[in-house]
Amino acid sequence: MEKEPKPIKVSGIMGDMARSLNASFVENWFSTLVGFLSGTKTYYFFVFLFGLLVFGAAMTGLDAMRIGYRHAYGVTREVAWGLLISTYIFFVVTSTGLCIVSSIGHVFGVKDLMPIAKRAVFLSIVTIMAGFTVIFFEIENPFRMAIYNAISPNLTSNIWWMGTLYGAYMVFMIIEFICILLHQHKIATIAGLAGLISGIVAHSNLGAIFAMLHGREYWYGPYLPIYFIASAMMSGCAAIIFFSWIGYKVNNEQMDRPMQRAMEVVGKLCTLMITVIIFFTSWKLITGSVGGPGKVEAIRALISGPYAFNFWVLEVTIGMLIPFFLFLMSKWKNINLMFIATMFMIFSIFFMRFDLVVIGQLVPSFHELHVTDYPGLLPYKPSFHEIVISIGGIALASLTFLLGEKVFQGHKTEIH
Amino acid sequence: MKHIDLNNLRKENLDTLPEMERRQFLKIGLVVTGIFAGGSVLSLMSNIDKVFASKEDLKQRYPYKPHYSMVMRQDRCVDCELCKEACIITNNVPDYGYRTTILEKVTPDAIGQKREFIPVLCNQCNNPPCVRACPTKATYKDPTNGIVMMEDRKCIGCKSCVLACPYNARYFSEEKHAIDKCNFCIDTRLQKGHKLTACAEACPADVRVFGDLSDPESRVFKMVHQIEKPVWVLREETGVKPNVFYTKG
Repeated sequence: MEKEPKPIKVSGIMGDMARSLNASFVENWFSTLVGFLSGTKTYYFFVFLFGLLVFGAAMTGLDAMRIGYRHAYGVTREVAWGLLISTYIFFVVTSTGLCIVSSIGHVFGVKDLMPIAKRAVFLSIVTIMAGFTVIFFEIENPFRMAIYNAISPNLTSNIWWMGTLYGAYMVFMIIEFICILLHQHKIATIAGLAGLISGIVAHSNLGAIFAMLHGREYWYGPYLPIYFIASAMMSGCAAIIFFSWIGYKVNNEQMDRPMQRAMEVVGKLCTLMITVIIFFTSWKLITGSVGGPGKVEAIRALISGPYAFNFWVLEVTIGMLIPFFLFLMSKWKNINLMFIATMFMIFSIFFMRFDLVVIGQLVPSFHELHVTDYPGLLPYKPSFHEIVISIGGIALASLTFLLGEKVFQGHKTEIH
Repeated sequence: MKHIDLNNLRKENLDTLPEMERRQFLKIGLVVTGIFAGGSVLSLMSNIDKVFASKEDLKQRYPYKPHYSMVMRQDRCVDCELCKEACIITNNVPDYGYRTTILEKVTPDAIGQKREFIPVLCNQCNNPPCVRACPTKATYKDPTNGIVMMEDRKCIGCKSCVLACPYNARYFSEEKHAIDKCNFCIDTRLQKGHKLTACAEACPADVRVFGDLSDPESRVFKMVHQIEKPVWVLREETGVKPNVFYTKG
């Protein structure tokens, strides 16, 4: 017997929200449960696998806390930021990118991009949360952060702005998502705009964390805040195509015409962003080749040193060239081919972030003194704990995505 | 064997010395004395007038009172590491970290001495990038003496100060659950009435000259404000205005 929703006597917008919340939950909870149970064996296998990985990573993270990060992680006094920071950046870049690309549709009203909006907003929340989870295990005293960020703020600190702005960003995105679910599209648009603004500011500020360290030539300058935004858009486009394709497989559905059109537009945008990133990367190399010794050494590490494989194979070939040509070959109609392109891209972008974070620290502070204590580039190798926690972050995002596909039934968006 | 006839040797006193030799000797003596006397007469005058146009200028350049500083007489360091040992004992520095260390530089094609040692520690910058980078003001510039301090309980351990520091002067201390760094022994020695940091006192070769840069009569002031011997700072290009200086000779 179906239960009647209780009448709610609240007027105005809050009343509307409460009514639709009540109605949609009551109407939908049963079908949500049915939806979740409708997955294939493969679906449950992956849910189980990712769940296991998240559990294992959480145990590994707790173990790292127990034995001390100094013992558990491969980071050192000289290379203090490693794989966990780069994984965090990987997630927040993706999140911001999803927010930016999806906002083209549901904030700025470009109809072609409407069908991807709901999934993109959901994924931007999922990825930022995965990022926060990973950095939780990186920061030595995360609980102090919550207290002293609020009561002892340093407004000149990029890290302070990062925490504050990403916190606000996440709240706005959650509000937006809830409002989309409740069909409160006006509030959703306002929250989406607020999320977009805070996301862009937060993300360029994330670039500035590195760009304002003037003792680190590889990072210093206005390049990174701008690059981070462009890079986020590339990541966001890739993530939308990648996850939408899987989402439709999970729900065993065919993309309808508007969705195909959305994929085509995002694919074209993605191709454009790849060329933008190729352009950025080329100029980074060219200008870096004539910089101070600290910069030239870092660039050399990237193009002919220990990170040359990462750069030429993982970043350039797999991350830029192959996807670029796959997109051209797909003519933005062949969604399977675009999916493969974005799979390469996401794999590659992970290493782009890693190289960005690590290489900036490889040239020792006293490089120009030519002391025997620091004969060349500093070493860094991620530890077992760092690798497992990073995989755990990826598993957490994947698991939440899979659950989201069933719980929110393929993130279908009605076009208004 | 030839014996010296001491009794019949010619006396070597003022009577027997040739006039010219005496004059030359006296001249040398006068010159030497003059230089020293001139130096001391000059040093009696205020050093501020020589270096700065006014006391205001001095205050602008060295805004803290006392403005703690250290001058490293680099060529005197033999890497005996007594400074490091004293620092470890005084400040309970764990074995995986350091507040001060000694870098070694070898110049294989140099004539003569090829090896030199460069002691390093926190430069207590006037424009500290670590303080700018810290999200919670856990690290701050002491308003009185300019020492870059740590308030351990506020440190979230993000390590952005570690990356911001151009001198590799910071590390995360497990014991303190915070970043640890040199603070010129402010808590362990200076506030207890000692005049020198542990490392400066322990150095047998007087490499580390510690003092108040805002006091024109201090050794550090005199060593920094002269042009006979080179004085430099490390990583000047970063513009952090360090308060640790280096000199030779």
